[in-house]
Amino acid sequence: MTTTTLAVLVPLLPFLGAAAGLLLGRTAPGFVRPLAVLPPLAALASAALVAVRQGGGPAVNAHTELTPTGSVPVDLALHIDGFAALVAILVAFVATCVQIYSTGYLRDDPRYPSYAALVSLFTSAMLLVVYSGDLIVLLVGWEVMGICSYFLVGHYWETPEARAASLKAFLVTKLGDVPFLIGLFALATDAGSFRITRVLGTVANGGLHHPTLVALLLLAGVAGKSAQFPLHTWLPDAMAGPTPVSALIHAATMVAAGVYFVARLLPVFEASGAAMLVLAVMAAVTMTGSGLAALAQDDIKRVLAYSTIGQLGYMTGALAVGDRGAAVFHLLSHGAFKALLFLAAGVVIHAAGTNSLAAMSRMRGLRERVPDAYWTMTVALLALAAIPPFSGFFSKESVLGAAEHAAHGTTAHVPGAAGWFVLVAGLVTAVLTAAYATRLWLLAFHGQGAEAPDHGRQPLTMTVVLWVLAVPSLAFGGLAYRALPGWFDGTSLTPTLLTSILGTGLAVVGALLTYGVWQRTTRSLVSTPLGAVAAHPEGDAGLVEAEAIASHTPAYGDIAYAPDPADPGRALLGPLHRHAAVGFHLDAVYTALFVRPVLAAASLVRFLDREVVDTYVGAAGALPRLLGAAVRRAQTGNVQTYVSALLAGIVVLAVAVVLVATGA
Amino acid sequence: MHLVYPAVLSALLFCTGLYGVLARRNAILVLMSVELMLNAVNLNLVAFDVWLSRAARDTLHSGQALTLFTIAVAAAEIGIGLAIVLAVYRNRGTSDIDKLRDTAEGPDDAEPGAVAAQKTEATA
Amino acid sequence: MSPAPILAAAPHGFLSPTGVEIAFLLVGLVTFGAALITVTTRQLVHAALWLVVALGGLAVEYLLLTAEFIAWVQVLIYVGSVVVLLLFGLMLTRAPIGRSPDADSGNRWAALAVAVAAAVALVWVVADAFRTTWIDLTGPAAGTTHVTGASLFRYWVLPFEALSVLLLAALVGAIVLSRKARAGEDAGTGADDRDEAAGATPAPVPAQKDGAR
Repeated sequence: MTTTTLAVLVPLLPFLGAAAGLLLGRTAPGFVRPLAVLPPLAALASAALVAVRQGGGPAVNAHTELTPTGSVPVDLALHIDGFAALVAILVAFVATCVQIYSTGYLRDDPRYPSYAALVSLFTSAMLLVVYSGDLIVLLVGWEVMGICSYFLVGHYWETPEARAASLKAFLVTKLGDVPFLIGLFALATDAGSFRITRVLGTVANGGLHHPTLVALLLLAGVAGKSAQFPLHTWLPDAMAGPTPVSALIHAATMVAAGVYFVARLLPVFEASGAAMLVLAVMAAVTMTGSGLAALAQDDIKRVLAYSTIGQLGYMTGALAVGDRGAAVFHLLSHGAFKALLFLAAGVVIHAAGTNSLAAMSRMRGLRERVPDAYWTMTVALLALAAIPPFSGFFSKESVLGAAEHAAHGTTAHVPGAAGWFVLVAGLVTAVLTAAYATRLWLLAFHGQGAEAPDHGRQPLTMTVVLWVLAVPSLAFGGLAYRALPGWFDGTSLTPTLLTSILGTGLAVVGALLTYGVWQRTTRSLVSTPLGAVAAHPEGDAGLVEAEAIASHTPAYGDIAYAPDPADPGRALLGPLHRHAAVGFHLDAVYTALFVRPVLAAASLVRFLDREVVDTYVGAAGALPRLLGAAVRRAQTGNVQTYVSALLAGIVVLAVAVVLVATGA
Repeated sequence: MHLVYPAVLSALLFCTGLYGVLARRNAILVLMSVELMLNAVNLNLVAFDVWLSRAARDTLHSGQALTLFTIAVAAAEIGIGLAIVLAVYRNRGTSDIDKLRDTAEGPDDAEPGAVAAQKTEATA
Repeated sequence: MSPAPILAAAPHGFLSPTGVEIAFLLVGLVTFGAALITVTTRQLVHAALWLVVALGGLAVEYLLLTAEFIAWVQVLIYVGSVVVLLLFGLMLTRAPIGRSPDADSGNRWAALAVAVAAAVALVWVVADAFRTTWIDLTGPAAGTTHVTGASLFRYWVLPFEALSVLLLAALVGAIVLSRKARAGEDAGTGADDRDEAAGATPAPVPAQKDGAR
């Protein structure tokens, strides 16, 4: 089998799995689980084989024209370089883990067949984005992901949170997708083709006429998909979906697409210094803001969501300083440990019966209940906080190293200011990341108070996956940082001494600070009882999670916030805590800026429709009604009347004909 | 003989029958009026046949043949017509044309149930 | 009605009618009058009797037009059978004997208007078109039994035989229409004496018709 055929199979297999799952879901429930797990597994094998064959060498290009599409041709094209090969492995790997985990997590869910099919479709769309060598084909995958995320986030559509979250995810990402589409057209018009190789060739020859405009338009779509400031607000709310979906979205598919897209078209962005600066500022604001917000969240999954936003900030930061190798390196290691974090959080939520950290901190013995989740999550949190030798350390240091290079002004195309922004924000975020990782670990696993409720043993499918994912979280960075430059652009990813010491030191400082504050605040734990626990010893994890999400607002007054004085985050943030908990009021700003005007316009339209247009419509209906009443009166049922009218008409016509014929 | 005489007589008879069809209430009287109209046509056919057999040397005598056919058809018509009238009379208890108003539009959006009720009432 | 006698260059004027014309005119007046009474009288049985007069008058007109075979057929079928049938019908539907106040429907004024308008239009057109046309009644009669039979069986055989199919269909139809009532009666839904009285009546209808042919 040629490499091209194998590469085509990679997105195709999950797609066929999704189609078969949707078709057979009702009629043959026994096939659903194999159909969910095997296609991603096969795709993983194919992707690995493709990567081995490609081997970091020159990019594999193949294309076929399906049909002539006018002035700018659209081809079915593959463009597989080192980035694509490795990201595809990550996507397929995480998707396989998520599918296996879901068989246990949603084992009693009546909508599992459609869920599994949508996850497969989601995976297939992401793989299409990864391998596509044509921007329009890429866009197809991009949009399919948008609609899949809408369905999957809204999986528990019985709860109002899930409905609102799915709509929000869809609308916010679409808000970015509109300029993205325009940007793609502008790019293709300048390049004369949608093929990525041609576009890059045009950029290299300086053929791009409006680089800043195109780059900024594309950035809007990237910000929407990759949840960058200011379009990141959908991601924390998307936690209303099932945990495996969160893991998939955050680790491998949706949010990674934006970063991957920029990495692929980095020369386009490098053509405009302003765009790089905007990207750097965006990354810096995203990083620090999400770090602060993560420290104030009560929902364990929202903490992880904000941490995802922050880590994506690192990746866009790496792109802003022109090092896509570092960005994709961080994307890969982050994919592994963030998937692990989410899947472990799902286990924890199931065991604790709540998603609230405040309630978990009042439970004793949670770590004995779920030892697998405890140990794997510890590994993943250490990776997240970038403590050596976990994989997060190497990838994050490569980002900071690249930023340092740029700050010295030694990187081509990148303004020095961008480097400084990313470097400073990255270091601040390192403190914050360590702080919220420590806070999460302490509150979730070192609670005091009543014994944690017993929800029975976790399914084997769920715990095994955790250990499988723990391996790359632990070792991937250390093993790969020497090998990866050969696959990427060739820039070194080895940590530099200065940033390593700075980053690790700051992380340790953040962790120790949190630990100290926690020791002080934890004494007040017992005096403020708090918490609500959903207890379903027999129910599957999905049911427990749906109830926990639905009961968070009634129990604590807000979906993200709990009035817990024993929270170390409260003491650490001080007056900022209140604002950080609600994501710095960005939702309120959006409500004032967009939602209210739209609602006002809608009510105006409603008024116009009801009072103005309907009057005409009503009148147009009333006139025929009156005429109809008159005609109806003539319908007496008396046949003689009808015949009289008929014959009278005939006489009139006959006379008229005679008059005309005689010329009178 | 002037052709105008039979032609005018035929027209007048036809209109008389027309008046009867439109004005008579009893269905059998309507049938009689129809017979009048048919006969008016027959007179026309005969008169024109006689004229044309001389003036145009027409040997087919189509007018008279058609007259015979009309008479036969009229006989069939009157048989069937009377059978129908009797069936209606048997079912409805009346042979007045202006009382058979099942196709009338109801007072305002009359539902089918009301019409059906009306029908059963008429049948009983 | 028409100033034709003055303008027409025809050899035959309206002011010097032949005997046949006078006879035709007189019989025509009687026929028309009888027809008028038929459609206006309030006594239903009288209407049928006046119809006999009108149809008989028409038979005479046929004779005057030398169509003797048609005239006898007219007498046989119309006067002999159709009117009898109509009388049967009147009786079977219990038409009131004597003056009935509601013989005319409320539609009569509209009907009068339509009829008069039609009459004016028709008479006007006919008179205008044929005011000079002359029927030559001399020579051999145009409608003797011999002539009619010759043309009927020479040129009109096929339609003539097709007509027998029509009459057969009418016969079957009349039987079906009358049998339906019996079926309903057997089902026991509306077994009243009216059905009993009317049930057997249509039977003679096709028989008479068949005989007439």
